[in-house]
Amino acid sequence: MSKVVSMRDAVAQLVHDGDVVAIEGFTHLICFAAGHEIIRQRKRDLTLARLTPDLIYDQMVAAGTARKLVFSWLGNPGVGGLHAIRRRVEDADPAPIELEEYSHFGMVGRYTAGASNLPFFPLRSYFETDLPKANPLIRPIRSPFGDDTVYAVPPLRPDVTVVHAQRADAEGNTQMWGLLGCQKEAAFAAERVIVVVEELCSEAVIRADPNRTVIPGLIVDAVVVEPFGAHPSYVQGAYDRDNRFYRDWDAISREAATTQAWLDEWVYGVGGRAEYVAKLGAERVAGLRPSGEAPSGSVDYGVYK
Amino acid sequence: MSEPRTGAAPQAAAFSKSEMMIVAAARELAGQRVCFVGVGLPNIAVNLARRTVAPTLELVYESGAFGAKPARLPLSIGDPTIVTGATAVVSMFELFSFYLQGGLVDVGFLGAAQVDRFGNLNSTVIGDYEHPKTRLPGSGGACEIAINARQVFVIMRQSKRSFVDRIDFRTSPGNLGGADAARIRREEGWLGRGPSVVVTDLGIYHFDDTGQMRLDSIHPGATLDQVRETMGWEVRVAEPLVTTPAPTPEELRLIREELDPEGAYTK
Repeated sequence: MSKVVSMRDAVAQLVHDGDVVAIEGFTHLICFAAGHEIIRQRKRDLTLARLTPDLIYDQMVAAGTARKLVFSWLGNPGVGGLHAIRRRVEDADPAPIELEEYSHFGMVGRYTAGASNLPFFPLRSYFETDLPKANPLIRPIRSPFGDDTVYAVPPLRPDVTVVHAQRADAEGNTQMWGLLGCQKEAAFAAERVIVVVEELCSEAVIRADPNRTVIPGLIVDAVVVEPFGAHPSYVQGAYDRDNRFYRDWDAISREAATTQAWLDEWVYGVGGRAEYVAKLGAERVAGLRPSGEAPSGSVDYGVYK
Repeated sequence: MSEPRTGAAPQAAAFSKSEMMIVAAARELAGQRVCFVGVGLPNIAVNLARRTVAPTLELVYESGAFGAKPARLPLSIGDPTIVTGATAVVSMFELFSFYLQGGLVDVGFLGAAQVDRFGNLNSTVIGDYEHPKTRLPGSGGACEIAINARQVFVIMRQSKRSFVDRIDFRTSPGNLGGADAARIRREEGWLGRGPSVVVTDLGIYHFDDTGQMRLDSIHPGATLDQVRETMGWEVRVAEPLVTTPAPTPEELRLIREELDPEGAYTK
């Protein structure tokens, strides 16, 4: 059965006010298209979970969708700070925001515990740091098999996880390549999963290369086909990170007024991703294509009858 | 935009303090096998080392690339150029569990907003945690790198604001309170020995028996007065104090022409 729907319908039906939402993807495959649709539909009181809130959560926080952030690295990668979030944290402007802070491995472990139906994830981080004081959910535990002490973090089970990928079939069997981040863990941990892809493919394409399937349709609720949906982040083999925009955002987001003007023009002012891409212009888009091809070799799975 | 370039001797090529810092950090990687690369200055230092003193260095990025062979200087640690041609691309779970916590990383490179004399690092907040004056990015992978990498190299510019008597928040443990650090690390089962070198824009520090930073080498053009003016504690100085060899023309060419032609890291 086809699960293909529009982004508008996917967000309207699967994202609710007050939800814990994870739009994952580590630098790579960040679904800005879904974040923007959540802003347009004026969802409120969300808890936004991501290792790196990145520009997408800075925009969603600026738009007033969130009451809380769960994260491990709060910056504009390669550029500097996230100013809309910093205004909320440093100046309570226009209102405070709740923070729940871990390290990268702690966040990965939280999704892993959530996906595996475990009560905690153990790790050898946090010793002699101030992080357990800042976040009382990071706790030391004794090994049941000796004197070792390790730290534990609680499971994270998002109400909705959004995953961007290169391709999926209509049932949501999803294949991706390049940096995988913790998209698989975040998807398996979630109550509901939205998969957003550059390209819809046939079931035969999936079955021809089953090792590349990261997320099975079994756990997917909606498939949205949204080319260029990860811009200004990137999709391996399809388009590059738009570093110019990451730098531009630093200036745009320094003042609340310029931030809102940007949201008005690029989020509220467009109907959806196709219009956003058209507004970017063919030249900007073409400039982000890879400079050459680097195809993988193919492997032979063999036929066994 | 670039800072003035000062030469050690009239005949030497002119270079900036940032270029000297990057070159000094890259040279420290000679003989190392597996290096965990962070954003910013470590990124260019490690990519310079791979082209000079450590051609077989395996670059590990926390985003999941192992044995990366970036064809351009990655702007972020998740740049697509670290994927194409890499030895392996793995999930972050595998990267942090098997590669880092499993003990396969020889050197972790870290920077921070604040460091103390024991090499403890703060990249979380300036001021109080609940009501910070400045909210910084936080740990990312830094706290687990500081604990699990076999040794840690610190690279950061010196200033009274960054080299402080007391850090506001301990994000990444270094030598903790001093000489006890080795015992605590052993008893708590950490794989890492902690920080072994701090490279700044003024000199190179190692750690003495008390776990404190000691200036072992001063960069050409830098003075001990400059070192003292940019630290929040009384600096310990090695006897004899040596002068860091100036960047070679080839090191400068690689930085300026290949690695950072736009001066993003060196200005």
